[in-house]
Amino acid sequence: MSPMLETRQASFARSGESVFAPVDLTLAAGEALIVLGPNGCGKTTLLRMLAGILRPWEGEVVRHCQPAFLGHLPAFKGDLSCRENLAFQRRFHGGEGLDENRALARVGLAGLGLRPARTLSAGQKRRLGLAGLLVAPRSLWLLDEPYASLDDAGCELVDQLLTEHLAGGGAVALSAHQRKPMIEIDLARLELTPPGGAA
Amino acid sequence: MIVRSMSALIARDLRLAVRHGGESLMPLIFLFSVIILIPLGVGPGPNLLAAIAPGMIWVAALLASLLALENLFRPDLEDGTLEQWWIGFCPAGALVVARLFSHWLITAVPVIVFAPLAAQMLYLPAEALGVLVLSLLLGTPILSLVGGLAAALTLGTNRGSILLSILVFPLVVPVLIFATGAVSAAADDLSARAHLGMLGALLILAITLVPLATSAALRLNIE
Repeated sequence: MSPMLETRQASFARSGESVFAPVDLTLAAGEALIVLGPNGCGKTTLLRMLAGILRPWEGEVVRHCQPAFLGHLPAFKGDLSCRENLAFQRRFHGGEGLDENRALARVGLAGLGLRPARTLSAGQKRRLGLAGLLVAPRSLWLLDEPYASLDDAGCELVDQLLTEHLAGGGAVALSAHQRKPMIEIDLARLELTPPGGAA
Repeated sequence: MIVRSMSALIARDLRLAVRHGGESLMPLIFLFSVIILIPLGVGPGPNLLAAIAPGMIWVAALLASLLALENLFRPDLEDGTLEQWWIGFCPAGALVVARLFSHWLITAVPVIVFAPLAAQMLYLPAEALGVLVLSLLLGTPILSLVGGLAAALTLGTNRGSILLSILVFPLVVPVLIFATGAVSAAADDLSARAHLGMLGALLILAITLVPLATSAALRLNIE
């Protein structure tokens, strides 16, 4: 199976100090990878590097498809309604996924389409982020702490979306530190270690 | 596909500008405050006003462009929409062009539309109105482009607006000189072609170099 994402000895450095030891990984269709490690070990940095926001300091990251990146920041405009935000995402990322109302219903925000995004709670904002993955489908998902701020039902929703995405031939890399995905598919694990391999 | 992403960004910027109504009217309010206050300050003599009209209108356009620069990229950096520019197929340089185009539409176009009226209020000869509008059409995009580069460079600094003004002012002095020179020449029945030609050359230079430099500066601030 052809890989969607490959890294070769990729590492990232801040002010000349590398954040984590070089990473070698490949991710193919239907595969899921979970990035583990304590706070500050570079999980977010690694995912941002995989997405292409950060350039690797050494080594290389090769993407064979367009990724979708869901980070800590909402990537929504608070003054626009949920539906307008999703409509923008669809056009901006050139997607042909679910229409806005169905995506909102899928993530449990049915009926909130006209609400300005800034009035949503933290958990609802995360759900809106997930809806963004549905309106502009990408085969590679890079999710940074997708379970953060979500209630139990929200965490189950993430598991369901992951299962459907992987069954549909997608690939996922995600970071998590408390709740792990409870899905049927094998998760490859990547433990990030500080440079030098001390831990 | 690239055009679709760019047009999506412009459409969203304009929608946000409409939603922030009052802020978007600032350039016009600025222009007319200057135009109305100047005669009160220097006296209502038509000759004096006609002589300073090009400079006054141009200074108003310049400051109106500068007002909105602080928020050109910062809100997008803070809510995470800026980092999405580097994911996907659309090169960030193209998105920079789209963002600067919407900045120009919001800050400069209202000024260009109302500049002839403002010029009439300052007794600028009617022959010079065409050249005034032409100089604004050629010159205000340079203001947006240069301002965008400065905004991208100062993105990492807290409260970068002072640094921003210091960076922008020397770079836009040539624009101000050639643009007001063109309008004054036209008002004196001289040819404004040389001045407008220089403005056009500056515009081409800015359009070619600024998007690349701006996207590089933004990327540094994201990393």
